Amino acid sequence: MKGKERIIGGIFLILGLITVGFVLLITVYLIISGIPAIRQIGLIQFLFGKTWASTAATPSFGILPFILTSVYGTAGAILIGVPIGFLTAVYLAKMAPAKVRSVMEAAVSLLAGIPSVVYGLVGMLILVPAIRSVFHLSDGSSLLAAIIVLAIMILPSIVKVSMTALSAVPREYEDASLALGATATETYFRVSVPAAKSGIATAVVLGVGRAIGEAMAVMMVSGNAPNMPSLFQSVRFLTTAVASEMSYSAGLQRQALFSIALVLFLFIMLINAALHFFLKRDKEGVA
Amino acid sequence: MKKSSGTLRRLYNGGMKALCVAAAVCTAALAAFMVIYVLAKGLPHISWEFLSGSPSYLSEKIGILPDILNTLYIVLATLLIVLPLGVGAAVYLTEYAKSKRLVAAIEYAAETLSGIPSIIYGLVGMLFFCQFLNMKTSLLAGALTLVIMNLPTVMRTTQESLKTVPQSYREGAFGLGAGKWRVIRTVVLPDCVDGIITGCILSVGRILGESAALLFTAGFAHTLNGVFEGLNSAGATLTVALYVYAKEEGEFEVAFAIAAILMLLTLLINALTTLVGRYFERRKRT
Repeated sequence: MKGKERIIGGIFLILGLITVGFVLLITVYLIISGIPAIRQIGLIQFLFGKTWASTAATPSFGILPFILTSVYGTAGAILIGVPIGFLTAVYLAKMAPAKVRSVMEAAVSLLAGIPSVVYGLVGMLILVPAIRSVFHLSDGSSLLAAIIVLAIMILPSIVKVSMTALSAVPREYEDASLALGATATETYFRVSVPAAKSGIATAVVLGVGRAIGEAMAVMMVSGNAPNMPSLFQSVRFLTTAVASEMSYSAGLQRQALFSIALVLFLFIMLINAALHFFLKRDKEGVA
Repeated sequence: MKKSSGTLRRLYNGGMKALCVAAAVCTAALAAFMVIYVLAKGLPHISWEFLSGSPSYLSEKIGILPDILNTLYIVLATLLIVLPLGVGAAVYLTEYAKSKRLVAAIEYAAETLSGIPSIIYGLVGMLFFCQFLNMKTSLLAGALTLVIMNLPTVMRTTQESLKTVPQSYREGAFGLGAGKWRVIRTVVLPDCVDGIITGCILSVGRILGESAALLFTAGFAHTLNGVFEGLNSAGATLTVALYVYAKEEGEFEVAFAIAAILMLLTLLINALTTLVGRYFERRKRT
């Protein structure tokens, strides 16, 4: 009887450790397969080289355009998505009547559940032609299109997480502010929002992670040329650089793609660490 | 606030409120637009032949039955593997683990997993399952990749639900002389079915929507296969098929038809999540 319990306990221990195992597996695989190309190309040339011509006669592998595009694209998406998402969250958590709130919550969950390729498809057929005709470009596939699609895609998680944070603000804070003569709106923005700021920071960091990691939707609207980022030009992100050449790559080109994935992974790990920091602070703040 | 700033104050109040309402209207309009646009463009192209046929170059027709079946196979295979792993991990964390540091490490690992972008899962899945374990590009390799992706989701929902099982249930069972495994099997697990089911539904939603992780692990073939053959050969799920039809082949009508199907499935899954949540909430209260 004791023996059996011990065996079962052991099985559960293994199941518990599998998650850690998977993280190690992914990390080790990315490092092992990402390092060789960086060694061959040279770290500085790889990270700060401005031209990516992987299939040229004398290939060059500089991923600065991809890094900058990912950074600018994410920043742009945050710049558009966060204010809209945050204000929506304030409205839903504090001002909306219960019925409106429940309908809106369903709408936000729906936005979160729509597959990224569907966003990409709609972007391809509406956004890209619209940008082409509004700005008189020869092709509307551009960084701007990618930014708008990304902003839409991060919107639901920003709304949800900020809403949770705002709803968790103790009622007493708001009551005290109202009793001192502040209006409802002043209370929401000067008391509730500051009290929920670490939850809102979590939402922003989460949005950054989503935006920087999105591949398919961006691939469909960004045009995919390895240019240095510019709002109206066709650009390539870190994610799409990996995705677009993987199927036909070989040799050093293929290894360089793994190195790009490693760079992307490092970005994500940094963001995860930030997220963990905010989440932890949030928990301690409540306790 | 000073009295002289009365107008300013009124302006601030009104302005901020208007901004909030405007943002919410934006969000709502966006959701409504996505649903209506995709359904309006896609539904007219869905027919019985479209749903039940496979693509053929000879008769120049496109059917998506293989993609539907591939999606189904991948969903089933993934759930079959991820459920025991995720539930087991959650049970370990709440029932067995004694070291706080180990729990923190496992939870941090799960958090990390849920932050990794799907393209990286696709890459590692390709390297590990397709090449190292020699599975080639196959639905099974895709399913295993998705197992890693969905593990944190199942683990978290189960864990949340395990935490709500009253400690007195466990103590009662222990008091009657039951062993730990027996308590878990007969008392704890049956009481956290809601978390497991929620985890399942969320995972199905993620699997349906996933494309980047499957492109290099499951491939994009449209052959009609049975379950076991299917798992061992390459195949596109609905999302991957949408991508291929839209981006590589320029078949926008087909792409929108698939998008409409995916949209209906998303609506269905969201409704299910709400209903299941409500059902279990009511049952727990009584």
